[in-house]
Amino acid sequence: MSVAEQEGRVIPISAAPSYSEEPDRLARMLAFLRRRIEGDYEVDEFGYDPELTDKVVLELIRPLYAEWFRVETVELKNVPDEGGALVVANHSGTLPLDALMLQLALHDEAGRPLRLLGADLVYQLPVLSHLARKTGHTLACREDADRLMRKGELVGVFPEGYKGVGKPFSERYKLQRFGRGGFVASAIRAGVPIVPTAIVGAEEIYPKIGDLKSLARLLGLPYLPITPFFPLLGPLGLVPLPSKWMIEFGEPIRTDEYDPSAADDPMVVFNLTDHVREVIQQMLNELRLRRGHAFPPFL
Amino acid sequence: MTHTVLVTGVSRHIGARVASVLAAAPDISRVIGVDTVPPPSLTRDGGISLGRTEFVRVDLRSPDIAQVIAAADIHTVVHMSLVSAPSKSAGRAVMKEHNVIGTMQLLGACQRSATVRRVVVRSTSAVYGSSPRDPAVFTEDLEPHDGPTHGYAKDAAEVEGYVRGFARRRPDVTVSMLRFANFMGPGVDSPLTRYFTQPVLPTVFGFDPRLQFVHEDDAVEVLRRMATEDHPGTFNVAGAGVLLLSQCARRAGRASLPLFSPAFKALGNAARRLGLVEYSPEQVRLLCHGRAVDTSALEATLGWKPKYTTGAAFDDFLRSRGLHPFGGGRT
Repeated sequence: MSVAEQEGRVIPISAAPSYSEEPDRLARMLAFLRRRIEGDYEVDEFGYDPELTDKVVLELIRPLYAEWFRVETVELKNVPDEGGALVVANHSGTLPLDALMLQLALHDEAGRPLRLLGADLVYQLPVLSHLARKTGHTLACREDADRLMRKGELVGVFPEGYKGVGKPFSERYKLQRFGRGGFVASAIRAGVPIVPTAIVGAEEIYPKIGDLKSLARLLGLPYLPITPFFPLLGPLGLVPLPSKWMIEFGEPIRTDEYDPSAADDPMVVFNLTDHVREVIQQMLNELRLRRGHAFPPFL
Repeated sequence: MTHTVLVTGVSRHIGARVASVLAAAPDISRVIGVDTVPPPSLTRDGGISLGRTEFVRVDLRSPDIAQVIAAADIHTVVHMSLVSAPSKSAGRAVMKEHNVIGTMQLLGACQRSATVRRVVVRSTSAVYGSSPRDPAVFTEDLEPHDGPTHGYAKDAAEVEGYVRGFARRRPDVTVSMLRFANFMGPGVDSPLTRYFTQPVLPTVFGFDPRLQFVHEDDAVEVLRRMATEDHPGTFNVAGAGVLLLSQCARRAGRASLPLFSPAFKALGNAARRLGLVEYSPEQVRLLCHGRAVDTSALEATLGWKPKYTTGAAFDDFLRSRGLHPFGGGRT
């Protein structure tokens, strides 16, 4: 076949590689918009809106996950495919971006929505409170934790709370105290496994080198950080540093061997809490070595 | 064995429907309906047929109710006379007297009566309040952090206190207390249904509360069952699932107008003074933090589920008012 013949040949438009996809995507997009405008979607009793979470919120942070932090997951097989489980992770980074990255990792790579238990401050603030509910999270309280685990959801907690996320840079990768162990009691009551999880990388995104304590008190915030770039560079200082992240999921710790009434035995709860804490600290130390430097291209 | 049933609050929609359903029940011989105002006339105001119900006009706040109970050998009392919003003419003080003193008078009369065997009280899930510090889903045994401090919800919480006291003093009487989510349906006229029919819905900026509704048909059915069978205890009653306020507004094809909460409160107060809307601080909190309840206790006890989910109840309400989402609506 000569070149001229080839050029003259009629190629049906449906054979073009892009043809079959475009109308589909457009149709899907329009159907999505129609559902959103007409309110024709479901949310669960906690206010979780799976469609909004997947198509809008997580879509916005996917570039951050893949390109900026280059998040790498390790031993994802330790996350149960179905049924209730409790993911317990270290908390760091001044702003809780680690919560978003953990949620995205589990959503996209393990196919499981993560239901985080958050501080009550989150639910008092406008915008943040309803975004937290719509993306599947709820208040850290016994009733909600029990209810989610009974429903077979994957629940996540950061037992260090503010002590972890707001700790100074000098304390990085040192686990803080693990609260009162309420999360362990809930796991025992529901008989679901605890998945110890280590997140490496979040510590370096906003190195906190100071704290504006009195201003924070005035604003009702747990802390107001000073980092090398904030408040010095203003809003620009809010751009997180592009550290390399790794998230490792540890061997699940079974709780179904305990009697549910053991949840009311403080010794059992404290011992198991300590055990989980030690496992995570160990994982953190090893994973940090494995990752190497936080900013490999620059140093 | 045939019974006589007393229903309070029959001049309002749900009360009238319950009375007429009970009047049609085979093992109920007599239904006496009481209220402070006469029922709306059938033809003019679209009232509900009360069937065989005998209406007695009684001011619940007065001891007259005791005479009605003593004279008629009442077996079952269905107390529906809880007013959710102050009327324009009477105001909040009268509403509180009606709700709280009215209940005390009624329970006092029941306590003296030798024939009363069953008391069913309509309460509301508003007794849980709305707070960012409470669990997302309330079960009946939960003590809220921030209980109601205003208005209707506070009345309901006080009424519940008196009902519990009565249940302790008369353990031989079956007492059922029903905490209903907001009623929704073609015949319901409440502050919330009027809110959704406004052309523009003021909302609180940055909050999107979870709301729960119970369809009027389901509410009537629950009350009928409670009035004809023994199910002691406190039960949440709501349609399955929740709707977010933004979702409700979209389904109703109404634009929402987000206001910062101080502006919202100011607008609410101004509109109340002009007599345009009923507004209370409770409502602001509901519109910030929302509320959902767990209904598994009711479903286990009755072996029955509400026919309408929260979404279906709201859709039925929208259909009856001719409201559609933007762009036509679902097929």
